[in-house]
Amino acid sequence: MSYFRAENLSLHFGGLKAVDAVSFAVEKGEILSIIGPNGAGKSSIFNLISRIYRPTSGRIFFEDQDITEQPPYDIAKLGIARTFQNIELFENATVLSNLLVGRHRHSTTQLWQELLFLPSVRASEKVHRRRVEQVIELLDLEPYRDKLISGLPYGVRKVIELARALCSEPKLILLDEPSSGLNVEETDDMSFWIRDMKSELGVTVLMVEHDMSLVNRVSDRVIALNYGRVLAMGSPAEVQQHPDVVAAYLGA
Amino acid sequence: MRFLFKTDYEDDIKLIPHSGYVVTYGILLALLLIAPYVLSSYLMSQLVFVCIYATVGVALLILTGFTGQASLGHAAFLAIGAYTAAYLQKYNVPFPVYFLAAGLLTGIIGAMVGFPALRLTGIYLVIATISLALIVEEILARWESVTNGNEGMRVKTLSLLGVTVPRDSPTFYYLCLAVLVLTIVGTLNLLRSPTGRAFVAIRDSETAARSMGVNVALYKVKSFAISAAITGFAGVLFAHKLSFISPEMFTLQLSIEFIIVILIGGTFSLHGAVLGAIFIVMIDPFLTYLKDDMPGIIAGVAATFGASSATAGNIQSKVAAFASLNGLKGAIYGIIIVLFVLFEPLGLYGRWLKIKLFFQLFPLYKRATFKRQKIYVKSERNR
Repeated sequence: MSYFRAENLSLHFGGLKAVDAVSFAVEKGEILSIIGPNGAGKSSIFNLISRIYRPTSGRIFFEDQDITEQPPYDIAKLGIARTFQNIELFENATVLSNLLVGRHRHSTTQLWQELLFLPSVRASEKVHRRRVEQVIELLDLEPYRDKLISGLPYGVRKVIELARALCSEPKLILLDEPSSGLNVEETDDMSFWIRDMKSELGVTVLMVEHDMSLVNRVSDRVIALNYGRVLAMGSPAEVQQHPDVVAAYLGA
Repeated sequence: MRFLFKTDYEDDIKLIPHSGYVVTYGILLALLLIAPYVLSSYLMSQLVFVCIYATVGVALLILTGFTGQASLGHAAFLAIGAYTAAYLQKYNVPFPVYFLAAGLLTGIIGAMVGFPALRLTGIYLVIATISLALIVEEILARWESVTNGNEGMRVKTLSLLGVTVPRDSPTFYYLCLAVLVLTIVGTLNLLRSPTGRAFVAIRDSETAARSMGVNVALYKVKSFAISAAITGFAGVLFAHKLSFISPEMFTLQLSIEFIIVILIGGTFSLHGAVLGAIFIVMIDPFLTYLKDDMPGIIAGVAATFGASSATAGNIQSKVAAFASLNGLKGAIYGIIIVLFVLFEPLGLYGRWLKIKLFFQLFPLYKRATFKRQKIYVKSERNR
């Protein structure tokens, strides 16, 4: 059985088939990229997995558990974290508290304990803080700890979103266009981090990406989508040479 | 200017970042403790109201400031707390019991309001909470067997552990102050733990909060319940302070006053609730003063500039008539809100921070320091 699996996943908005009977599987520890032209349904698949949308039909399995009907907040508790294409950070909070929200799925303290800030809460806060610091170190975010998000540049925000997802210690991470809006150096950094996530943290990565050089550098396998359907699946080189993929991109 | 060198994760958690806080807040607390022996009884009474309003302000900050759920229904929660106290008093329930019962009941009702509010945001939520306020006001007027209807209820003098505590005694003031301080400390604790961060996350992006594992519905209900419960506690003190409660004390205007408390104080910090409470409690005697003295002053000025005594008298009576117009107070409140939102969106506390920074950085302070930069504007949002 695969680690993560989508079976005949469909999402229809009225007559528009945003995602149309898509099936794929992700193996544990691999980096799988989803590519495709604008409107191909890539982000919709992510939103289906994280339950922002409810699939019209089809099922999603994670670690052999059917998660199609799980409420959205349970998806994160299972160990699936995500980033967003158009950065969804908590604007009026500091970087540190943004990252600590990432730790939410590990928090076990009760409301009354928190009101009194009992030693148990203090201890667990320190554990959270230490874990967050490890991620800060990994992604070089030291200068920004106490800064408000609203004052930070785009590139940094992109990294903070990745950091927030990593803080939840996910088993599977969904990256929605990690390099969009980043310059060449930042994209380079991003590709190193994605590979580090796989090799050092053992995170499985599912990624939507337009930048083919990034896709080629990091992906183990690639899925190409168009009009909500799977065009091709395989190694980066295979997919790029697939006639349907070439046709979809070049309009031949 | 002080630079903090953090050497321990504790430094990010503790409530008192450095020794300066101990000094300033220690002095403030000492002044508040000796206040009953220094200030006049009128000012003491105002100070008690400041404590009560600030407590409600903190409650409203939890809901509106930190969870981002607007509420114009807090007068209703205050009323529920006040009436619970007055009703249980009839059966000789001791103070600690009905104090807790009032908070608990208001909290439960707050949670019940939270559930339908889950599907509402922004202006729709405001309307829903307004209707709560109207419904509660109506119930208080109609449910005569419990609330005595429009005739109102007398609230007996507070008796704590066998000692009577009159509403103008220092002990009552200390009680209100203690409730305020405990509320503030509890809220600060909440804000530095997962629940508080979940509240802020919901305020800034529900989608992201959800995808980080925050059960948005649960935390919204929690926020409503906590906020209502604190308001209920404040309601008990409010009832004792007034010694008589009736439905027309808990109108929409009171809810608006609570909104003013946090808007004018500043919605991003608990300091705002206290500053806003001082503002709202002090503006009332100030407006009364204007109403009583302004007509005479204006007539006097007119007379100095050569108006005949008849014209001056005419002006005086016209200004006096204007000053006693119905709803003028509401209009002034409205203007104050608009001016603050336009020119001082960070509120009084934001202004204080700016003044402080001006002196810290002198002469290098720039006006743009606090200007919010829009580096990146969201193009599309998942709602």
